[in-house]
Amino acid sequence: MREAVCIERGSRISRFFAAFGLLILVLLITAPFYGGRSDLYLLVEIFSYLALASLWNLLAGYTGLVSIGQQAFVGLGGYTLFALTIFFGLPPLLAVLIAGPVAAVLAIPTAWVIFRLRGAYFAIGTWVVAEVYRLIFAQVSALGGGSGTSLPTQIIQSIAPTRAARDNLIYWTGLGLIVAVFAVIYLTLRLRWGLALTAIRDSEPAAESVGVDNYRTKFLIYFLTAGATGSVGALISLQKLRISPDAAFSVNDWTAFVIFIVVIGGIGRMEGPLIGTIVFFLLREFFASLGPWYLMLLGAFAVVITLTMPKGIAGLLAERFDLQLFPLRRRVHFLEQKSKDSTSSASADALERPGKRQKPGVSTKNME
Amino acid sequence: MTQSNLLETRRLVAFYGDFQALFGIDFRIERDETVAMIGSNGAGKSTFLKSIIGLVRAEAEAIYFDGEAIGGDSAYRIVSRGVSMVPEGRRLFPSLSVEENLSIGAYSKRKGPWNLEAVYTIFPMLKERRRAAAMALSGGQQQMAAIGRALMANPKLLLCDEISLGLAPVIIKEIYAHLERVSANGTSLIVVEQDIKQALAIADRVYCLREGRVALEGRPSDLTREQITEAYFGI
Amino acid sequence: MDLVSAVLDGILLGGLYALFGAGLSLIFGVMRLVNIAHGDLIVLSAFIALVLTAHLGVHPLVSLVLVVPLMTLLGYGLQRGVFNRTLGDDILPPLLASFGVSVFLQNALLKIFSADSQRLHAGNLETLRVDLPGGMAVGVLPCLMFFVAVFVICGLQLLLYHTQLGRAFRSISDDQETAQLMGINNAHLFGLAMALSLAIVSIAGVFLGIRTNFDPSIGPTRLIFAFEAIIIGGLGNLWGTLVGGVILGVAQTLGARINPGYQILAGHIVFLTILTLRPQGFFQRTR
Repeated sequence: MREAVCIERGSRISRFFAAFGLLILVLLITAPFYGGRSDLYLLVEIFSYLALASLWNLLAGYTGLVSIGQQAFVGLGGYTLFALTIFFGLPPLLAVLIAGPVAAVLAIPTAWVIFRLRGAYFAIGTWVVAEVYRLIFAQVSALGGGSGTSLPTQIIQSIAPTRAARDNLIYWTGLGLIVAVFAVIYLTLRLRWGLALTAIRDSEPAAESVGVDNYRTKFLIYFLTAGATGSVGALISLQKLRISPDAAFSVNDWTAFVIFIVVIGGIGRMEGPLIGTIVFFLLREFFASLGPWYLMLLGAFAVVITLTMPKGIAGLLAERFDLQLFPLRRRVHFLEQKSKDSTSSASADALERPGKRQKPGVSTKNME
Repeated sequence: MTQSNLLETRRLVAFYGDFQALFGIDFRIERDETVAMIGSNGAGKSTFLKSIIGLVRAEAEAIYFDGEAIGGDSAYRIVSRGVSMVPEGRRLFPSLSVEENLSIGAYSKRKGPWNLEAVYTIFPMLKERRRAAAMALSGGQQQMAAIGRALMANPKLLLCDEISLGLAPVIIKEIYAHLERVSANGTSLIVVEQDIKQALAIADRVYCLREGRVALEGRPSDLTREQITEAYFGI
Repeated sequence: MDLVSAVLDGILLGGLYALFGAGLSLIFGVMRLVNIAHGDLIVLSAFIALVLTAHLGVHPLVSLVLVVPLMTLLGYGLQRGVFNRTLGDDILPPLLASFGVSVFLQNALLKIFSADSQRLHAGNLETLRVDLPGGMAVGVLPCLMFFVAVFVICGLQLLLYHTQLGRAFRSISDDQETAQLMGINNAHLFGLAMALSLAIVSIAGVFLGIRTNFDPSIGPTRLIFAFEAIIIGGLGNLWGTLVGGVILGVAQTLGARINPGYQILAGHIVFLTILTLRPQGFFQRTR
């Protein structure tokens, strides 16, 4: 009996989705020609949240680094933009790109300190760091101190002569940013790194035993996501034309909402942030006017999803209908040739975590 | 269900996720009996004990204890009914001292002859080291502490999972001598063992598991070496 | 003199922070759960006391008689109804669930009480001072708060190390599976642990409300203080949490003396410094 094994990545659905995605991309690139001002503004908001959610997903869902302090880099990116344009006269769009590496550089000492913490305490540590940055910038009077500052008119005008042109340029920058973020994340996961990350998330000791350098890998991912988050943060502040410590470092806007998006959409899957962002903006469209009720709804919704649908919508789709839009999982096909020449094939998702039928609360894993 | 049976399992199956470990085990033990279960690694012996004590989920009708269906019950309920287990690897609580480990064994507050003094009587060296950290004890002492802890629950049925693992033969003999006294006191024992000699010496009856199924059952005196080897290894 | 007085204030403030930390530390020790809503629950206690003092006309400390049982019951219900279902090997579900509870709670309080600053009025107690040798005076209320904190921690230690329930908590903390073999109902005990945690939280909340102005949004910062007290003192050591709270308190009061805007920042910086230089904290884990 000879066995052949074939490892396949894509599926019909994912190929269809790729084609569909290309179409959407073309539509988005040409949006300024048929979209209105507020449409473009909304789209940039959507791109921003989608990027932040995808990056958080990479950090927490794939690498297991649960951070509730990514707003630190959103704020750092924003303030870097303002500083670079106001103090150094850099073109704003260029500053958006440079804000990324600046935030990444600041992630280095940050990581060095807080990687000493584990699990949920690491999460709170990231929050403390974000708070420190917020409190520090509230003391920088050159950038408006506690009440913040607006982007000076001549800097705004330096982007482009007309308002329409400015809107379009900011829009295309946003589009470019989200495409770049997606590309980077996809590549990271598709290469060997993707397996390394999943290994780390599932079991650090086991991952180390097969040669994965946990610390370095985690640090690299933290560094990369910080940088990307910084650029997104710069874009967000650029679009708002204003910055203040509370807004730039808001845990609600840049962490709570982002986590909500990823949890509902599906953590640990690339489709998750996409689905979650859509759901989030739909909910915002209908319920944001309710003020605190809206946030209570989000909070309660997040709890319910965690209890009933821990893998989010994307997880549900993947498990029930074997639906997968981004070709990341490696599907193993066993082709058996029996003596009677009949072939049967079974496929198993090589990266799937086994379902646990044991009762809740029974845990023998030792965590710190 | 016959009245003399303390515990009975009928077509017991067990799963870890999608992996099936037990394929229909029929088993019984009477009051005052000592039954041994032998088999190679992975045969399903520990899974069997865990199913009885409720750490692995079982169908309600698959396990009967003292006349009642206990399959599917939570572990703590089964313990309060009178089943206690000495887990594989001893699993003493590292944060607790020896005496605290014994005391927590009495959490279910079952009435019976076993209390701290009684345990110290059969394991005097535990009394000497009662305030020591549990993990500071030698392997053999830890095993005795684990047995003592399980006894503090005053069980009608005591499950022992591989208590000889990692211990010197001299210590194993000593521990099994203590176990004989325990069973003489009226506690039924199910002993899971890789040390076949010891298992056969202490048991009234023996089961042999292979790949999740009962391959052999009988009295030690009735079974030949060939039968046991065949059942154990499947050759 | 002023400096000494600031340090003294900081030490006493540390008592409050130790209470914040003790509640969080307990549930982390027993079930590896970090309750993100911890700070918001502290604030909730203050608001409950506010309602009780307004409607019953009692002194805030007297309202504890009702606040503590209420929060204890809430803790048990919250654990068994929500958090127990999230426990397991993955740290995300409990984190996310408690995050959701935090957001929900903050906004529910906002809806009910508005964003206005509130205060619990303790009458004479607020201004009473005791004269110390050396010409200094220290407030009766801060002293009371500190002694209550010490008392609570003593009580917790007694519970954990000298009672069967405490042994049960420690057993579960070591090995959840084997704890079940002792006849321990883990789900129930998790509920008890959370109930106890919220009982402590409620005491802290009332003292917080007497000491400072509070509103629905200050919860998260209290969570951070609790966490900082625990980490500075060393994980798994309650007396360490007291010391950690004191160090944090002193850092804050000294920072405030330099510039009132620096108070919280000073605490964070001291925390990060200690985390960098001595990540295991000052005290070892108690066995």
